[in-house]
Amino acid sequence: MTFIAPVKFAIDLLAVLLLALGIKGLSKVRSAREANRLAAIAMILAAFGVLLNSQGTIGISINSWIWIICGTLIGGLLGALTAKRVPMTAMPEIVALFNGCGGMSSLLVALGVALFPSTDGSDGVVGELIRNFSIVVSLFVGAITFSGSIVAMAKLQGWLSTPSWTQSKARHFFNILCAVIALIGGIYLSIDGQNGLFLIVVASSLLGIGVTLPIGGADMPVVISLLNSYSGVAAAAAGFVVGSQLLIVAGAMVGAAGLILTQVMCAGMNRSLVSVLFGGALGASSAASGGGGGEYTNITSCSPEECALTLEAAERVVIVPGYGLAVAQAQHTLREVTRVLENADIEVTYAIHPVAGRMPGHMNVLLAEADVPYEQLKEMDVINPEFPATDVVLVLGANDVVNPQAKNDQTSPLYGMPVLDVQEARTVFVIKRGMSAGYSGIKNDLFDLQNTSMVFGDAKKVLGDLLLELKELGVGSKG
Amino acid sequence: MSFFSEALWVLLLGSLLGLELIGKVPPTLHTPLMSGANAISGITMLAALTLIIKSGDNLPLLIIGSISLGFALFNVIGGFLVTDRMLAMFSRKKTRK
Repeated sequence: MTFIAPVKFAIDLLAVLLLALGIKGLSKVRSAREANRLAAIAMILAAFGVLLNSQGTIGISINSWIWIICGTLIGGLLGALTAKRVPMTAMPEIVALFNGCGGMSSLLVALGVALFPSTDGSDGVVGELIRNFSIVVSLFVGAITFSGSIVAMAKLQGWLSTPSWTQSKARHFFNILCAVIALIGGIYLSIDGQNGLFLIVVASSLLGIGVTLPIGGADMPVVISLLNSYSGVAAAAAGFVVGSQLLIVAGAMVGAAGLILTQVMCAGMNRSLVSVLFGGALGASSAASGGGGGEYTNITSCSPEECALTLEAAERVVIVPGYGLAVAQAQHTLREVTRVLENADIEVTYAIHPVAGRMPGHMNVLLAEADVPYEQLKEMDVINPEFPATDVVLVLGANDVVNPQAKNDQTSPLYGMPVLDVQEARTVFVIKRGMSAGYSGIKNDLFDLQNTSMVFGDAKKVLGDLLLELKELGVGSKG
Repeated sequence: MSFFSEALWVLLLGSLLGLELIGKVPPTLHTPLMSGANAISGITMLAALTLIIKSGDNLPLLIIGSISLGFALFNVIGGFLVTDRMLAMFSRKKTRK
């Protein structure tokens, strides 16, 4: 039996090392995939370490094994199925869902230990007050993570809209009230270890909902990233509850790294974390301050045929893909169109806004799925000076990220958000289903400009028509 | 108190390590990194395991632990697989280039 403790110790150390290397590697394109595998191996090692240690010291009953296998099989299979089935377009939602489940897991552990304190073998080691406090933190953060993530997922899926009361000041009172109730419950529980348990769970769940529900549109990825950080904190708290240092270090690492990632994302969108969390949705504030910026006065619409004629004469074309493209599953058709253009020696590049596709990096994933060469994707800072020398810009299902209001109109809620300066190009075609506003709910001044033409229709259908027209014109069939 | 003070050190150093690990992340990797870090936060499965092992014959506790383990593994396995799916798309292009 004596050799088990050092072996377990070595396994834990190795697991922490691999996890750290994994997180590090995930932030570089070249090493990302290996890093992900490394982290997965670390998790398996860690689980193995716990099982080995327990088997060797206190033993694992048959009963326990059955329940372990049940939980593993059901959770693992569902997770694997979800990961295989989910379309790439739904990535933000699915990350939110997974994250919420992680929070729920920490919550349940704390709940179990709190309900049946006698089972906790480490009572003597961790003082009772500290143990209770860890339970409180785990319950609190776990519940916020779970309810917040589920709300975020539902909002991204379009199952939930933003109720109007959440835009008023009342929500701050609601949230503060929830926080205070959770705090009172926490103090109770810290002292006597039983009372206040469900008070905390309910109040912090409501708090998670109250904080997430008002946040809309482009800010949602930031919230998901923040909740991701919280689930790390929840895991660390669960580590205190069951007395596992590996859990504490891994949770702390994810929590801190998630915080940094959240900040990086905020910087990319020119938003501060405070304004994301307490500023409310963009669209609603504009609706309150004067009907969303007025009516459109100068809309030009045209057919795919005209669009094809203009494209034929172009030398430089820039594509601006947005979420609409992804929803229409049109990235493959788009790839065919750009192949035809490339065959005709027309230079094609893609302008990727930092939050294109509603989540940083999401559009890169979607275009990669359609086989678009990596070198053709250009980031906003690189492409913006190139728009004046561009003949045609195709805006596909993007809206807010090409709204010149963000630069010109100080009263606009979008003001200050970095945008793509597509209006600098000679001609802009906006392929869009109708005149509805973007995710922010704000009028897009771009559509009113002289050099902008709207091509109405589903992105996939329009691109299909465009492809036919281009072929009819003989574009790109020189060989 | 020895476990507690040790654990606090671990918490502090772990947090500092986490802050240092990610410096500059290219926007391309924001989504995969978030999803990968998310999978790691499912490490709370260790807590669920410990809970089940220590609960002996206490049925409600076994059930709670098992559900907790299920949630955690849903997070871990789903998270890693989905991250791998995303990253596979980047690397496919790399090899062809």
